[in-house]
Amino acid sequence: MPSVLIPTPLRKLTNELDTVEADGATVGEVINNLDKAFPGIRERICDEKGVIRRFVNVFVNGEDVRFLEESATPVAPKDEISIVPAIAGG
Amino acid sequence: MDRNFFSNLKCRECGKLYAKKAIHVCDFDFGPLEAVYDYAAIRGVLTRQLIESRPQSMWRYRELLPIDGAPTVGTQVGFTPLVKADRLAKALGLRELYVKNDTVNYPTLSFKDRVVSVALSRALELGFEVVACASTGNLANSVAANAASAGLKSYVLIPADLEQGKVLGSLVYGANVIAIHGAYDQVNRLCSEIAGKYGWGFVNVNLRPYYAEGSKTMGFEIAEQLGWRLPRHTIIPMASGSLLTKIHKAYKEFIDLGLVDKAPFSVHGAQATGCAPITHALKRGTDMVKPVAKPQTIAKSLAIGTPADGYYAIHSMNQTGGTAEDCTDEEIVEGIRLLAECEGIFAETAGGVTVACAKKLVAAGHIPADESAVLCITGNGLKTQEAMLNQCGAPRTINPSLREFEDRIYQPDQSAVAH
Repeated sequence: MPSVLIPTPLRKLTNELDTVEADGATVGEVINNLDKAFPGIRERICDEKGVIRRFVNVFVNGEDVRFLEESATPVAPKDEISIVPAIAGG
Repeated sequence: MDRNFFSNLKCRECGKLYAKKAIHVCDFDFGPLEAVYDYAAIRGVLTRQLIESRPQSMWRYRELLPIDGAPTVGTQVGFTPLVKADRLAKALGLRELYVKNDTVNYPTLSFKDRVVSVALSRALELGFEVVACASTGNLANSVAANAASAGLKSYVLIPADLEQGKVLGSLVYGANVIAIHGAYDQVNRLCSEIAGKYGWGFVNVNLRPYYAEGSKTMGFEIAEQLGWRLPRHTIIPMASGSLLTKIHKAYKEFIDLGLVDKAPFSVHGAQATGCAPITHALKRGTDMVKPVAKPQTIAKSLAIGTPADGYYAIHSMNQTGGTAEDCTDEEIVEGIRLLAECEGIFAETAGGVTVACAKKLVAAGHIPADESAVLCITGNGLKTQEAMLNQCGAPRTINPSLREFEDRIYQPDQSAVAH
């Protein structure tokens, strides 16, 4: 199953786990299954329409899904999905 | 300062209040957290006279900065010159132009000393012993230097392809410099993951609400140095977009506190064409910033493909009637030379971006010739020398002989030679 890195603000929902596993063939499916295991996590990542929120970045093996196929981005069993809040820089 | 006016952190999206800890995003919607102050109380205390009575550093505005006690790191940062740039004004076709010259900010020659001064002062208040950052160079230099002087251990993470000056400018302070194979946005992601795992104070991750406020001081200083008034136009380079939003906030705070008269002002953004996600979104008329996967520009300090504050920067520009431009690498080099030759200021590539974009904004009529303007020049050209190699010619070499000098270098007009 793909593994998902959970950012600090969401760990209250995952019993403080920083990495969890969730099944799914796309990013969207993984998020849906994640929500079954940890209810409430989906609405934190996605808005009402299921679109990934403005201030959340989702990566598959380090690639931003906005450069791939967003929620429809395919995921393989050994892939690593990171959920990362947007951060400032320079 | 007897009183503390900094009350909370607040989500910019949903308004939920948080305690003043090392947190940077809202638990619910991931919206960025921002410092909140008791403005009513500040209004009764902070006057022009009080500010003018204080030492010339960014901390003369300390009521509007998010720490609890007196500043402990970077107490001499800021209050850089605001230069009346008459020769550059003429070249650009403006009447009243100023350069806010953070190429000489203390101690690491970029505006980042402002944000780091706040972030590390707050890091000490929160009890951190290790501080860190993701950086395109200038922030790394500033964290490394200011951490050294504060006795903090530091880790700075940078893209592996940075300019030598910026790499050395971190190593020299004894910082742990970690170069990452990848673009800044990947460095950022890694930092976010490290920050979630170890108890470090990442200035632009978990200390971001404190860090970001430091940028306001550039706006405060501009207003004070102009004689307590706002410039009609301010042109600001954009990487994450944070500086632009904070200068906008600074001007609003000064108006709200009655420190300057309410008057129309516009903030304009400048990016390099090879990484211009904010400018492109603004020009498309949207606030949906499409990230740039592979930034390609010599302005490496602005090469952030996923600008965290792009959305807010667009709103700041739209609210103030500002606009945005972008410029090519050639135009950046021209901009650096124009600023150097007109005003004697050697800016880094981001400064070239600001000058080049200002030129376009004037030409397009967005900055009318008879209105005042300030260019925010945020970093020093000695740090990005690679960009100017072979762009300024080479010295002409001769032997120490007057004849050779006159034969090869300088032929005076005979009639003008004094006898």
